Amino acid sequence: MKSFFRMSYPYILWIIVFIVAPMFMILLYAVTRTGNETLTFTFTLDNFARFFSDPDFIRVLLNSLRIALFTTVFCLLIGYPAALLIANLSEKAQTMMLMLLTLPMWINMLLKTYAWRGILLNTDFDSEFKVFIGMVYDFLPFMIIQIHTAIAKLDPNLLVAAYDLGANRWKSFLKVTLPLSVPGIISGITLVFLPAVSSFVIPKMLGGGDYVLIGNLIEIYFQQTGDWNFGSAISLIMALIIILAMWATKKLDRGAQED
Amino acid sequence: MKERRLSKVFSSAYLIVILLFIYLPIGYLVLFSFNEGKSMTNFSGFSLKWYEGMFQNRMMIESITTTLIVAVVATVVSTVVGTVAAIGLSKAKRLVRSIVMEVNNLPVMNPDIVTAIGLMLLFISVKFQLGMVSLILSHISFCTPYVILTVMPKLRQLDDNVAEAALDLGATPFKALTKVIIPQIYPAILSGALIAFSMSLDDFVVSYFNTGAGINTISMYVYSMKRYNLSVNAMSTLIVVTVTVILILVNLIPWIKDKKTKKEEP
Repeated sequence: MKSFFRMSYPYILWIIVFIVAPMFMILLYAVTRTGNETLTFTFTLDNFARFFSDPDFIRVLLNSLRIALFTTVFCLLIGYPAALLIANLSEKAQTMMLMLLTLPMWINMLLKTYAWRGILLNTDFDSEFKVFIGMVYDFLPFMIIQIHTAIAKLDPNLLVAAYDLGANRWKSFLKVTLPLSVPGIISGITLVFLPAVSSFVIPKMLGGGDYVLIGNLIEIYFQQTGDWNFGSAISLIMALIIILAMWATKKLDRGAQED
Repeated sequence: MKERRLSKVFSSAYLIVILLFIYLPIGYLVLFSFNEGKSMTNFSGFSLKWYEGMFQNRMMIESITTTLIVAVVATVVSTVVGTVAAIGLSKAKRLVRSIVMEVNNLPVMNPDIVTAIGLMLLFISVKFQLGMVSLILSHISFCTPYVILTVMPKLRQLDDNVAEAALDLGATPFKALTKVIIPQIYPAILSGALIAFSMSLDDFVVSYFNTGAGINTISMYVYSMKRYNLSVNAMSTLIVVTVTVILILVNLIPWIKDKKTKKEEP
């Protein structure tokens, strides 16, 4: 039995090559200069300096964060009541609802975004609003499902107890359901904010050519300009901001629970 | 009483609006796949010509084949690799296990685009030609972590004594594995495979950065289209029908089995 641990050796080798090495490559490209010959790397922080000293890049970064934040907040505001209402349905209706929510998730996201391009074609919305609709559309089911999972796990006796102790519906929601569904909210926020910040398909397909978010910037430097060093630096900056945002969300969650 | 009925109406209305929003683009894809004209905003009459057009469009058909080949190969390989790795890890030292799991979580937590460019830089730096093989390898590498994450919790619930007993009774380790451990975690392996398959089918970003010239998946084909083409709607409609049928079957089979066993019981 103990010898079974050897079965993990091939995968350990695999993750070194296909997970650790790629991350290392991004880091290496981000801190070196373009046109390096192999084995003669020139280390530099120019790529980062270039990003933070250019107001255009900063604006793209802020735009990405803003639209991702709006998308996340909106998905939460729309998704929470939906999750709550689904959790109150009969068991059969719940299964049905969840199936209806998951079915579109099986359909390629590019096709759905392509459909939105057609739907929004003759509307007067500006690029940013179109991208916002596309993002809310794509990520809302994740928010609903995460929160529903958390609410469905609640022990119904807790609510009965709250009513017995004289709480009305609103108060028992505020004091019981809402605090206990926080883990669902957190994972919902993660599943929406993270892909929203880094998305480059939705802005490109719905925003038109001149609407650029940070994901598009990375794509441009990799696929068009061929400046992989700068592209790597941008993706590193983006990854760090995401990690920071996730850390802050978790911290907020802990703070809220300690109150 | 009246208040309760009112809140029920409101609740149904709210959920219906959400469903309408979620199904709006799907309905749109299906409806316009039957459009006689080529407008994407004006439905002028019923026709099946876009379906015909779809089967005559070699690039589109090739993209469907590529998507399916990549998804099937990536699912099979990542399910086998992931299951074997999970079994090994569940018996590894705690430190090794937690380090590997941390690394394993990286592609799950990382934005797709970071995973994608990392793999691309790796392939190019070792002068590995980008093409079908790199496409499949990249899919395996982002699918396997999901298989491990699905199989691992099930493995940790297993009673080690059962496998020990099999070994004591003279089973070879391989037999203990295939006759005792695998059958117990089979449902988790299956759902891991399902997740891997859907991740692979839905992927765009990783494919986009890790494929070679002329090899397109459905996502890449749609992305690279310059003009609106209603044959894409026809393809989408066929995908919607397939997915719906499969989901209904998957949900119906346990229900039928349940009915059967209930009938046989008394």
